[in-house]
Amino acid sequence: MTSIGTGYDLSASTYSPDGRIFQVEYANKAVENSGTAIGLRVKDGVVLAVEKLVHSKLLVPGVNRRIQTVDRHIGLATAGLLADGRHLANRARDEAASFRDQYRQPPPLKQIADRLGLYVQAYTLYSSVRPFGISTILGAVDKTGPALYVVEPSGVFHGYHGAAVGKGRQLAKTELEKLKLSELTTREAVKEAARIIYLVHEDAKEKEFELEMSWVGDETNGIHLPVPKDLQTAAEQAAKAALETFE
Amino acid sequence: MDHVDINRLKTGEVNLGTSIMAVQFEGGVVIGADSRTTTGSYIANRVTDKLTYVHDRIYCCRSGSAADTQAVADIVHYALQMYSQTAGEPPTVHHAASVFQKLCYENKDQLTAGIIVAGWDKEVGPSVYNIPLGGGLFRQPWAIGGSGSTYVYGYCDATYRDGWGRDECINFVKNTLALAMSRDGSSGGVIRMCVITEEKVERLFVPGDELPRFWEGREVLGEAVPKKQPVGEAGIGLVPMAVEA
Repeated sequence: MTSIGTGYDLSASTYSPDGRIFQVEYANKAVENSGTAIGLRVKDGVVLAVEKLVHSKLLVPGVNRRIQTVDRHIGLATAGLLADGRHLANRARDEAASFRDQYRQPPPLKQIADRLGLYVQAYTLYSSVRPFGISTILGAVDKTGPALYVVEPSGVFHGYHGAAVGKGRQLAKTELEKLKLSELTTREAVKEAARIIYLVHEDAKEKEFELEMSWVGDETNGIHLPVPKDLQTAAEQAAKAALETFE
Repeated sequence: MDHVDINRLKTGEVNLGTSIMAVQFEGGVVIGADSRTTTGSYIANRVTDKLTYVHDRIYCCRSGSAADTQAVADIVHYALQMYSQTAGEPPTVHHAASVFQKLCYENKDQLTAGIIVAGWDKEVGPSVYNIPLGGGLFRQPWAIGGSGSTYVYGYCDATYRDGWGRDECINFVKNTLALAMSRDGSSGGVIRMCVITEEKVERLFVPGDELPRFWEGREVLGEAVPKKQPVGEAGIGLVPMAVEA
C-alpha cells in the first residue's frame, strides 16, 4: 500500500490522481476479513449460507444473525461489519415497504437491489461519512422467478447464479462454478451450500464457527425462512463427511 | 370525517355527468364513453374525449369532476412513466389501478372522481378495474360508471355473456352507451371507444346521428282500445289467482 500517507485516503470525497477512491477500497478490506457468505440461485429457489465466526465461547449460540429477512420473500446475507449489515437490512425493509405501499405488490428483487445500490453509493460521495463495510447478498423468489444479487461497498450490484463474498470467496466461487446451479433443487442446494461453507472454513480452522442457512422457494411457499433444523443437521453431517474425502 | 357528499360540485364546476364502460375479452379490452361535458344545464363540450391515456396499453375512463379526474390521470401518467423508466418494463394494469385507487381513497374528501381503469399487460393479459367514488378497487369482467350507468345495469346484467370476442364486446359497449345516453340527461353526443390489445390501441368513433336506436316511445292517445281478453287466455302462460265473477 504505497498510497498510505499521500493524503488521498483521508475521505471518501477525494479521488487519488489515478482515479481511485481509497476509502471504498478499505471498505472492501473490511469485507475480505469477514466470514464467508454464499448464495445459490437454483431451479426452484434460492439458498443463503453464512460462515459466522464465533469470537467468544461465552456467546449464546444463534445470536448476531448475519442472515436477515427484508420482506416475506426476500432474504439478505452480509459479509463485513455486522452493524452495517443490520443498518442496510433496515433500509432494505423500508424500501420494500415503500414499494408495497406505492404499487400494492411484492417488490421484485431487482428493484430493491437497485435502491440499495443507490443508497450505498451515496456513502461514497461525502467526507462526513464512511462507505459501508459490507458486501450484501440478496436472495428472493419474485414474479421473475428465483433471483440473486450482490451489492458491493462501491454501490455497484450484479445479478448472479451463485455468489460468494468474504474471506473464503475465491475457493467458494470455484466450488460454485463446478455445480450445475440451474438444475439443482433447493434441497440439494442446501447440502452443497453447507459443504462449501465447511470447506472454505478449513483455512481458518482454529476459529469456531456457526453455519447459518436460509432458503426461499417452492419448498417454503415463496417465503424466506431459516432452513429447518433436521435438514440443516443432515446437511452439516454430510458436509463434514465430504471434507474427509475431499482431495 | 363526516360522510362523503356526492353532490358537492362547486357552482359552475365542469362535470362529466357521464356514461362510461369497459369490457374485457380473450385478447384485450374494449372501453367506451359518451362525449358530453356539462356546467349545470349547459353543455360545455359536446365532443369530449373521456378515454384517457395513462400508459401504452393502459387507459382510464373518467367520470365526475373534469378538473379532478384530469389532475388524477396526469399524476398517474407521471407515476407510470417514472415506473417504466426505473423498472425497465411496462407497468401492469393492476399497478396502474392501485395508483389511481391510492389517490382516490386518500383524497376522498376533496375529490369527485369515479374511474374505470382498463388495459392489457403481459402478466394477466386483459383486465378491467373499477374505482368508484369512495376509492375502492374492484376487478370486474365488465364495468359501467357515471350518472348514465344507473339506467343500464339491468340491461348489462341481462345481456352480458362470458367468452365474447372483440366485435361482440364492441357492440355491447356501443348499445349500452346508446341506451344510457338516451335516458340520462347529462350524457350524450357521440360514442368514443378504444380496443386495447397486445399489438395496438384502436380508436373507434360513432357519430351522434349514427347511434344505435331502440324503442323511443309511441303516441297512444286516440288509438282504438283493443277488445278485452279473458285474463287466463292471454296466451302468455299466466294463470289467474282468482277470477272475479
